[in-house]
Amino acid sequence: MLKIDKISLTFNKGTVNEKKAIEGLSLDVKKGDFITIIGANGAGKSTLFNAIGGTFITDSGRIILDGEDITLTPEYKRARSIGRLFQDPMKGSAPGMTIEENLALAAGHGGWLSSVSKKDKERFREYLRPLNMGLEDRMQQPVGLLSGGQRQALTLVMATINPPKLLLLDEHTAALDPATAEKVLELTEDIVEQNSLTCLMITHNMQSALELGNRTIMMNTGRIIYDVEGEQREGLTVRDLLEKFKEAAGEELDNDRMLLGN
Amino acid sequence: MEFFSGLLSSLPTAFELGLFNALVVLALFLSYSMLNVCDLSTDGCYTLGAAVGAVVAISGHPYLSLPAAMLAGVISGFVTAILQTKMGIDSLLAGIIVNTGLYSINIAIMGNKSLLNLNKTETVFTKLKPATDKLHDGILGLFGAGKDSALDKILAFFSNEIIIGILAVAIVILFLSLFLRTRLGLAIRATGNNPDMVRSSSINPTMTTIVGLCIANSFTALSGCLFAQSQKSMSIDVGTGMVTVALAALLIGGAFMGKGKIPVRAIGAVIGAIIFRIVYTIALRFHMPSFMLKLVSSVIVIIAITGPYLKSKYPMFVRRIKHGKAGREDA
Repeated sequence: MLKIDKISLTFNKGTVNEKKAIEGLSLDVKKGDFITIIGANGAGKSTLFNAIGGTFITDSGRIILDGEDITLTPEYKRARSIGRLFQDPMKGSAPGMTIEENLALAAGHGGWLSSVSKKDKERFREYLRPLNMGLEDRMQQPVGLLSGGQRQALTLVMATINPPKLLLLDEHTAALDPATAEKVLELTEDIVEQNSLTCLMITHNMQSALELGNRTIMMNTGRIIYDVEGEQREGLTVRDLLEKFKEAAGEELDNDRMLLGN
Repeated sequence: MEFFSGLLSSLPTAFELGLFNALVVLALFLSYSMLNVCDLSTDGCYTLGAAVGAVVAISGHPYLSLPAAMLAGVISGFVTAILQTKMGIDSLLAGIIVNTGLYSINIAIMGNKSLLNLNKTETVFTKLKPATDKLHDGILGLFGAGKDSALDKILAFFSNEIIIGILAVAIVILFLSLFLRTRLGLAIRATGNNPDMVRSSSINPTMTTIVGLCIANSFTALSGCLFAQSQKSMSIDVGTGMVTVALAALLIGGAFMGKGKIPVRAIGAVIGAIIFRIVYTIALRFHMPSFMLKLVSSVIVIIAITGPYLKSKYPMFVRRIKHGKAGREDA
């Protein structure tokens, strides 16, 4: 499904601030995989997503999505098959536009001059109903009036309304309060399962990294240092993960949010 | 009494100029309010529309002058958009550069002259005069009212120029209302509203900026074209300060009808343009010299933009003063 072949990305090349964000990273994602990604601050998790999504073009290597080489494809073209959610709930929807208009923008696969029909509008409401947030009755309100959790839930619906080939979740619950975060995470699971999406999720919560999905990847200094799935992963505990990290990286896992998060 | 009758007699002109200006205000409604681009090429583009419209009309094609002026506006908007999306020039600077360049282009279009006379030229207005006269007579006949009746006096207000102005404004509002509901229109609004969102979505911000500026500038040029033909003369400096005047009108309109759906806000922009012209006319009646127009529009823009900003700073300002006082009392 997604094949990443030895990609590298260096920031500020040739200056004192040179940083090798990703170094010769390879990853093979199968269709229907739900992979959780953990790692220390600055391990290159978000950079990996930005490389897959096209925010940064990699210096070398290849990225193949569903048989198509997207290594040099511009971001907006990749976005047709890659849905993304960020930590900041404000990033995914337009605050000055209504809920309906935001959904229309996300759902529109007709021509540029097409506009949404009554039937579409009813369909949008049906998409929002499972969120249990009452958003379906606020279709004409600007998104700027919603809370962070509501906006992130809406963004999730927008990103998956036309099921993407790949869904990238970059700590999308980290900025929410614990109760809301849990709810959004549940919604994520439901939506991913219903649409049998292929999904990569960065999380700082090691517990949910093990509970969610079918495969877990640990990153450090721009490389994948641990990759576990199937039976091997089932018995794994957070303590094991920390141990594995120390083994592979030769140092303690340094991520304050990660430690506090549990 | 003389003051009021004088004011009343100059109202139709204020209304007419307000309507023509409203087209520029609607252009800024699209580029400034929706796309969040302050298009400083507006002055030059307005003059460009006036120049192209005048030259085409003089060459004997009054109807063709409208699409010709709009096409010129589209090209101007396209250049401004390409400069800021593909050439790495800051959007404000791109507008200023195009504006400067257009000055030479406009004089070239006018045939190395800075003034054109359209007194004997057939314009859209002279062409359509018989039709609007017929409309007047038709309405009078419908109500069975004669010449010099009350209805006739009311209808006299709706001169040929005003009817054409209303028609143009109505068409542009209708277009904007429908267009901004399409997928492309929503994409343009999102580009201005949340660039972060657009960057990671399937919308290409280069494309939306180009389309938005092309459409907006076609309205600006149309406005210049209609203005020049209604005044029966065209001078190279008709567009000077137009962007500030239009911005002032847009912000006045926003203060009255800034919330709500797109058609409401668009109508608000038109009302803003008309209010601006009427206030200006009243000020002239109070013997304000006409050269003050630009200063008045500058002050309105300053107040409209800094007002909300200063209001948000006010509580902190009060707190600082109180805080300082309390500190001194303790000491």
